[in-house]
Amino acid sequence: MTTSSNSPNTSRLSRAWNSDLAWSFRQTPVAMVSAFVVSILILGAILAPLLAPYNPFDPATLNLMNGFTPPSQPNAFTGDVFVLGTDDQGRDVLSTILYGMRISLFVGFAAVFLAMLLGVTLGLMAGYIGGWVETIIMRIADIQLTFPSILVAMLIFGIAKGVTPPEYRDQMAIWVLILAIGLSDWVQFARVVRGATLVEKNKEYVQAARLIGRSQFSIMLRHILPNVLNPVLVIATISLALAIIAEATLSFLGVGAPPTKPSLGTLIRIGQEFMFSGEWWILFFPAATLLALALSINLLGDWLRDALNPRLR
Amino acid sequence: MLAYIIRRIIQSIIVLLAVGFVAFAMFNFVGDPVDNMLGQERTQADIERLREQLGLDKPFIVQYWHFLEQAAQGNFGLSYRQGRPVADIISERLPATLELAFVSGLLALFGGIALGIFTAIRRRGISANVIMTLSLIGVSLPTFLIGVILIYVFSVELGWLPSFGRGEVVDIGGWSTGFLTVSGLKAMVLPAITLGLYQMTLIMRLVRTEMLEVLRMDYIRFARARGLREKSINFRHALKNTLVPVITITGLQLGSIIAFAIITETVFQWPGVGLLFINAVQFVDIPIMAAYLMMISVMFVGINLIVDMLYFAIDPRLRVDRSSGGH
Repeated sequence: MTTSSNSPNTSRLSRAWNSDLAWSFRQTPVAMVSAFVVSILILGAILAPLLAPYNPFDPATLNLMNGFTPPSQPNAFTGDVFVLGTDDQGRDVLSTILYGMRISLFVGFAAVFLAMLLGVTLGLMAGYIGGWVETIIMRIADIQLTFPSILVAMLIFGIAKGVTPPEYRDQMAIWVLILAIGLSDWVQFARVVRGATLVEKNKEYVQAARLIGRSQFSIMLRHILPNVLNPVLVIATISLALAIIAEATLSFLGVGAPPTKPSLGTLIRIGQEFMFSGEWWILFFPAATLLALALSINLLGDWLRDALNPRLR
Repeated sequence: MLAYIIRRIIQSIIVLLAVGFVAFAMFNFVGDPVDNMLGQERTQADIERLREQLGLDKPFIVQYWHFLEQAAQGNFGLSYRQGRPVADIISERLPATLELAFVSGLLALFGGIALGIFTAIRRRGISANVIMTLSLIGVSLPTFLIGVILIYVFSVELGWLPSFGRGEVVDIGGWSTGFLTVSGLKAMVLPAITLGLYQMTLIMRLVRTEMLEVLRMDYIRFARARGLREKSINFRHALKNTLVPVITITGLQLGSIIAFAIITETVFQWPGVGLLFINAVQFVDIPIMAAYLMMISVMFVGINLIVDMLYFAIDPRLRVDRSSGGH
């Protein structure tokens, strides 16, 4: 049965294709559909400069006469047609969504990366070193866990805004967002990694590594870390959906991405103003994109959790 | 038992001291408080005098103690933006938030338990499956989008309910209530649903899982064998045992309701402390941010403490485990 995987000619790709994870993926239609949606959206965001019919941030291409054009109908004055319509300033909604997704996804990925880096490092240290290092790290985690992460993110955003000089605030807003969401979300990673490390550190391979004189640092990084990464992957996926929603929420509330660099949340905030006058498309399309993105990442995370959990197999 | 309670109280005090430290640090390191309080025309002597008045020339630890003393009396100074005492502003705004949190908490609790029982009993029914699928979407839907959708349907399209504000309020001894007027009650509907929906789906899923677990147990099978009516099995025997975790989660969710009220209040321009806080973040109004942080942490820590003790009082099995092994 396993002759193909034992032959030296087997490529990495086909080994990945035959792995348990890929098998479970092919058995789960929900996971496949979600992965498809997520990849389309991410591709759209990356290729935005090529795909977007207009550059919404170049004032030269904007024509105020094109404002409030309904989707797929020619504008009353200029006769231009926009697939998803335009907003009040005549910006093409499809283009602003493609560019907005870049910011939403960039903030989401960067914030999760920061949270992961911080959480995994602190979790490994707490679990492996123990003692007062563990006590301090886990107490801080407990205190932070008392507060919902969106509140912590708002607070960090407010403090960071107070520290940066007013003229840099708009430029720094994206980085402040990443910092705020990343710092508000590390606890999950730290707790899981600490728990897994406590289990791993008493196993024989770690004792063997210690016996041959490996340094503490190398044991943590080269021996324990690879063995605690599975749950980290699951949390990272679910955190990505949460981070994208958190970013959208903060931007919607006006404490996130500035109007000059709108993310999906900022676009929804802008669209909400025109909901009452009947220009529904300015709100609807960004909101639907955000929902599709968050829902499919969530479903992907659910599948990953079930697929990587040996107890559920 | 007593040792456990004392340990929890000490832990709570440490949390509050830590949060107090963050609030104190905000005052001292985010912008210069002297700079914020004095106008453009100031002399070096003015600055020195104010530093001395505020106690900024004292050692760090003395300042921290002084800050805690003031905070405990509810004194957070003047708002940078409105120039009025922070305590006054917050106490004006608090009733709106508490009423909203109360209504949506009730909605989440009763709606969640009822739907949870329903979906557990009719596990294979079509309507139960529809509810479960909807709840999955509800969990992925950000709170602010729920609010926007509700406004679109019920205010813009149908025109049944107001989309912003509290309606008319009646002032009873400094507490402004929206419960006594028709417009106040109407204004409450959409914000309360927006705020309660997420917690409701959470409670519903929890009740359902617990209920399914309990319904599999032997004593339920015996109750069936004894020929008890389905209704009495479901409600008198099964429900009782599902409620213990529900109480804990609900209690803890009470804290997040107050925090998520920030989002709901912004969507509906509801004049509560959440909207006050978000405006303070936008304009870097440190005294209000610090006061809100302290207020909400006292609430959170208090709720956590009470829930822990309730849990402990309700479930006798925990008494042995917890008091010996810690957690």
